[in-house]
Amino acid sequence: MYEQIVIAGFGGQGVLFAGKILAYMGMDTGKELSWLPSYGPEMRGGTCNCSVIIADTQIGSPVIQRPDALIVMNKPSLEKFVDAVKPGGVIVLDSSLIDTKVERDDVTVVYIPAMQIAESAGAGTLGNMVMAGAYMKAREDMYNIEDLYRSVREHTPAKRAGLAEKNIELLKAGYEYKQC
Amino acid sequence: MAKVLMKGNEALAEAAMRCGCRFFFGYPITPQTELAAYMAKKMQKNGGTFLQAESEVAAINMVYGAAGAGARVMTSSSSPGISLKQEGISYIAGADLPCLVVNIVRGGPGLGGIQPAQSDYFQATKGGGHGDYHLLVFAPSSVQELADMTSRAFDKADEYRMPAMIMGDGMLGQMMEPVEFKDPIDPATLPEKPWATTGTGMKRKKNIINSLYLTPEELENLCIEREKRYDKIRETEALYEEIQTEDADVIIAAYGTIARVAMSAVEAARAKGIKAGLIRPITLWPFPEKVFAKRAETAKCFLSVEMSMGQMVEDVRLSVNGKKPVYFYGRTGGMVPEQDAIVAEIEKCLKNS
Repeated sequence: MYEQIVIAGFGGQGVLFAGKILAYMGMDTGKELSWLPSYGPEMRGGTCNCSVIIADTQIGSPVIQRPDALIVMNKPSLEKFVDAVKPGGVIVLDSSLIDTKVERDDVTVVYIPAMQIAESAGAGTLGNMVMAGAYMKAREDMYNIEDLYRSVREHTPAKRAGLAEKNIELLKAGYEYKQC
Repeated sequence: MAKVLMKGNEALAEAAMRCGCRFFFGYPITPQTELAAYMAKKMQKNGGTFLQAESEVAAINMVYGAAGAGARVMTSSSSPGISLKQEGISYIAGADLPCLVVNIVRGGPGLGGIQPAQSDYFQATKGGGHGDYHLLVFAPSSVQELADMTSRAFDKADEYRMPAMIMGDGMLGQMMEPVEFKDPIDPATLPEKPWATTGTGMKRKKNIINSLYLTPEELENLCIEREKRYDKIRETEALYEEIQTEDADVIIAAYGTIARVAMSAVEAARAKGIKAGLIRPITLWPFPEKVFAKRAETAKCFLSVEMSMGQMVEDVRLSVNGKKPVYFYGRTGGMVPEQDAIVAEIEKCLKNS
């Protein structure tokens, strides 16, 4: 396994955090991993992305040139990364925020209204968790979703345990979402 | 202890405190600010002093003072800030004092940008300040190595009584990887520094910390004595990693995070049937000359890959000493060389040699 994931969207959507929980899961399951954020003068509102690599072997470049998976939460980021995704790769796309379709037939695309799902669960800021859950479903041959739940619980401070459960609820919503 | 997931900047700060650093003087600058922020949060709890100085110049002179008093002390900054510290670094080297200076390099010259770069190689290895002096320069390529090199840098600085530098780049500072730390040590258990200005207690002669010597013979003798130490370091302290060099036709030279992109490029080239290899200097001064000289016997050519306009390539050429062609490929200003571009350069080098 050498899974290169790019997560992209606007600053404030929880792009970095979504990457972080995947990174924790990688660490807790004994994989090699790296987490690299884009950083710059632009923060809230600007585009933002992070590169996460989870692998069985030593990780070379932490910079991802051709992702195996793209988790994308705004249109500019889709335009930026869509062509870079490897043939056979997976794109998880928030269809409540991006109104276009992916014009590639060599990748698997999951359209999920993540933002809407999060809002109807009363957690409008947790669209990132819905997206991460949908990614886990798309890669269910690679991971066990229970590992992710465990890592989220383990790395959330005890006094914020409620938040961990809310995150898990939204991860689950993403994981169990049926695409029509 | 178990592995934790941490940013490079924070891991360096944690490692420094664990190996007995109790004094940090700095001034904020992107992309190293998390390092100082972590120190601000934790140093006092560890019984040490964190001080945000009024400027980089002030910070390095505080380091000079604390080092003179025998403390394990450090400062950190990024390129423009490191330029400001150069006078102080030269004084510290001239007074034979150990300390750690961290440079999380960003694009230059001038204020440059805030994205990762390696364009401070000359400044770090060829004397950024004035005078005949060197720094021990470590260039780790992962968060774990960053933590490991921090304690080594402090120990070697003490051993040779000279400043050490850790050179990272914005990428290494910002990225998170799992890291395992050594158990913390009590600074009181560190080897004694009999030269430090800690008060004579009426029991010994005064120690003097100074870098001013107006008698030329005296100054020359000091420089000669220091050079002998440098020679010993050149002989014994160079660190490097070799990957698939034994049968390689083309050998890449790359350090820091770019060495990891280069490592991926080596694998991609191998998959295409090209015999590529990598030498990754871990110390930039002393430069691992011998391994390049040795591999010049068997390789057809070398390719230095850097995030600069070509700086380390000069040391690679000196080490290869004309035996084989040495090519260069780099991006700068905050741009990072891509794996495919490196593979294309490898192919080009082989065609030319």
